[in-house]
Amino acid sequence: MRMRTPVTRRLLGAVAVVSALALGATACGSGGTDDGSASAGPKDVAAALEKGGKVTVWAWEPTLKKVAEDFEKKYPKVDVELVNAGTGDKQYTALQNAIAAGSGAPDVAQIEYYALGQFAIGKSVENLAPYGADKLASGFTPGPWNAVHRDGAVDALPMDSGPMALFYNKKVFDQHGIAVPTTWDEYVEAARALHKADPKLFITNDTGDAGFATSLIWQAGGRPYKSKGTDVTVDFGDQGTRTYAGTWQKLLDEKLVAPISSWSDSWYKGLADGTVATLAIGAWMPASFVSGVAAASGDWRVAPLPQWTKGGTASAENGGSSLAVPKAAKNKELAYAFTEFATTGAGASTRVAAGAFPATRADLESPAFLDADFPYFGGQQANRIFADSARNVGADWSYLPFQVYANSVFNDTVGKAYVSSTTLTAGLNAWQETSVKYGKDQGFTVNK
Amino acid sequence: MTTPPVPAPAAAATPATSASDSTPSVSSSTTAASMTAPADRATTTGAPSAARSDPKRRRRSPRTPLSPRPSVPLTLVTALVLVYTLLPLAWLFINATKDQKGLMNSFGLWFADDVNLWDNITRTLTYDDGAFVRWLLNTLLYVAAGAGGATVLAVLGGYALAKFAFPGRRAVFAVVIGAVAVPGTALAVPTFLMFSRMGLTNTPWAVIIPSLISPFGLYLMWVFAAEAVPTELLEAARIDGSGELRTFFRIALPLLMPGTVTVLLFSMVATWNNYFLPLIMIKDPDWYPLTLGLNAWNAQAQTAGGEPVFDIVITGSLLTIVPIVAVFLLLQRYWQSGLAAGSVKE
Repeated sequence: MRMRTPVTRRLLGAVAVVSALALGATACGSGGTDDGSASAGPKDVAAALEKGGKVTVWAWEPTLKKVAEDFEKKYPKVDVELVNAGTGDKQYTALQNAIAAGSGAPDVAQIEYYALGQFAIGKSVENLAPYGADKLASGFTPGPWNAVHRDGAVDALPMDSGPMALFYNKKVFDQHGIAVPTTWDEYVEAARALHKADPKLFITNDTGDAGFATSLIWQAGGRPYKSKGTDVTVDFGDQGTRTYAGTWQKLLDEKLVAPISSWSDSWYKGLADGTVATLAIGAWMPASFVSGVAAASGDWRVAPLPQWTKGGTASAENGGSSLAVPKAAKNKELAYAFTEFATTGAGASTRVAAGAFPATRADLESPAFLDADFPYFGGQQANRIFADSARNVGADWSYLPFQVYANSVFNDTVGKAYVSSTTLTAGLNAWQETSVKYGKDQGFTVNK
Repeated sequence: MTTPPVPAPAAAATPATSASDSTPSVSSSTTAASMTAPADRATTTGAPSAARSDPKRRRRSPRTPLSPRPSVPLTLVTALVLVYTLLPLAWLFINATKDQKGLMNSFGLWFADDVNLWDNITRTLTYDDGAFVRWLLNTLLYVAAGAGGATVLAVLGGYALAKFAFPGRRAVFAVVIGAVAVPGTALAVPTFLMFSRMGLTNTPWAVIIPSLISPFGLYLMWVFAAEAVPTELLEAARIDGSGELRTFFRIALPLLMPGTVTVLLFSMVATWNNYFLPLIMIKDPDWYPLTLGLNAWNAQAQTAGGEPVFDIVITGSLLTIVPIVAVFLLLQRYWQSGLAAGSVKE
């Protein structure tokens, strides 16, 4: 919102970016490059706010609605149009189409951390550093900041985060006298005990979910993806991956996970009636429990994520998304102003109050946040567990610059382990092969 | 029925036996189908009186095309198809009476303990600041402008192609037949790119303009006009001094009514249910048709922190099909006669 005076190098960087944009736009034969020239100078966000205009935001995050209203109230000349253009990869497809078509792209887009690399390496999102985003680094927690920050550029601002925790149905656990697992081995034991006590009950549901699998590998210390520019490594042979696959294979072999897809109607039903007894998932889940599993209010509790080694504290992120400004945005200064408003300061607090899990240090460390009681979880101060998890997220994780594609073929490869005698390890190898091949086809240098 | 006035007496006068050579010069391509028309007429007048005179012996009454021998396997198959067709509708209605909890806890094909239909309807109409009503109005706009316009164009074009000889008619025929074979889905993405260049995406025009084009409707009207409007009638009108417009509106259009309604129904259903085209064209929820809006509500369940509203989605779906069912029931008469057009040559 304040005027920035970037150093010369940054200015040159911006010029290069603009030229790249102009080249890209010319290459695909689309018009509308006139907006590019303005972004070469210092980013006058304050003047843009003064002048006003319209900001189109593509996002599915429900807490943004209130933020958009607050923003319009604060800057009466600005009109924020919040559009739900689909969730996750549906929106990414629409976004990529709009960028390719040369018009119709939004000014701000919600992009999950795992997908951001794809848009960044394709030079589809604006580097926000010249607008002042680089000065916000200390305000965000390290995990999310690491996910949006790449080679000196800031591709997006972190909107929320998903440090993992174990949500469990206490009523079901108590009824069958099962202790809350603290390690994944105990988790497997609990799964057996539960399913033995009542064959209708499952420790959790899993039909193959790339985000979940990579998060558990992350927690186990695996770092299958490495990328620097266009040099990419995909290797599912490391110790962390093997640890994950060995344990999870037991659950699959003994059919201890419910064959229910997450977010389906039967999933909500299973969470409500106890069929699905635990969820290892991101800290953004409580809002969905409150609105989607209202019938089981009071049954559920939160515990730290089970560990791969007894006494450990390792954690990982699951989900979480950022707000990015596409290069095709019409009014980038205004778009950045909204992005900063929604992800920091009062905007972030508003969203946290509405149930989002913060990526901002101030919110994560505030006593009001940590002491908040969750009536849904029987009055538990669940944020303390989430905040601990956020602190213990393993460092140096990165996704592929074509992770959206990779995740889309997860079910064709690793998914086989869920429906046939293929092992998880074999499935992961197949996933690796498919990813490597795609990366090469796209012009990346893979596993060299 | 749709019998055009002039050839009807000629056909009726044709003996049923003269399939090949003794046909009057009016139509040279008379086929075996021509025989069924007089036979039909005979049975429709004969069968009821026979039934009335001796209801108990009705089973033994001679089998005719309109009251053939009852067949058990065929009846069973028909019953199966009927159940198959009605089951989803029944499911939709039954589940529209349940609240979120009832949906989760009760048997899908029977009612829950309490009936919430009215409450659900009210919530559907008011949820999300009354977005449903807005989407309904959008859909009505797309149907009125898109399907209405498509019908007008198809009638005009079909009539012209059937009744006026001009160079290039065969080429037009080839293009139309070719266009029928290309699914609209395949054209959606190129259309999107084109509209995007013109700056029309995200506006109602992006849905209305492509909906105006209905190659199948044009083809149907063409075939129908060739059959239903006797060229002699047009010639007579011209000789009497009627202008082309007047001839079209006063003479051709009434004869074309059944075909027009058929095309209207087809394009209305297609536009009402259109999903893919608006999906790629329209991002602004204010311009969503019902199909996209309901899908957006449904997708809330797949969003972290989103509110699952299965009850509202189901009730909304029920409300969405009510108008189209009503239109079908009201226009059914015309539609049936329109579908049969060309099958019987008289």
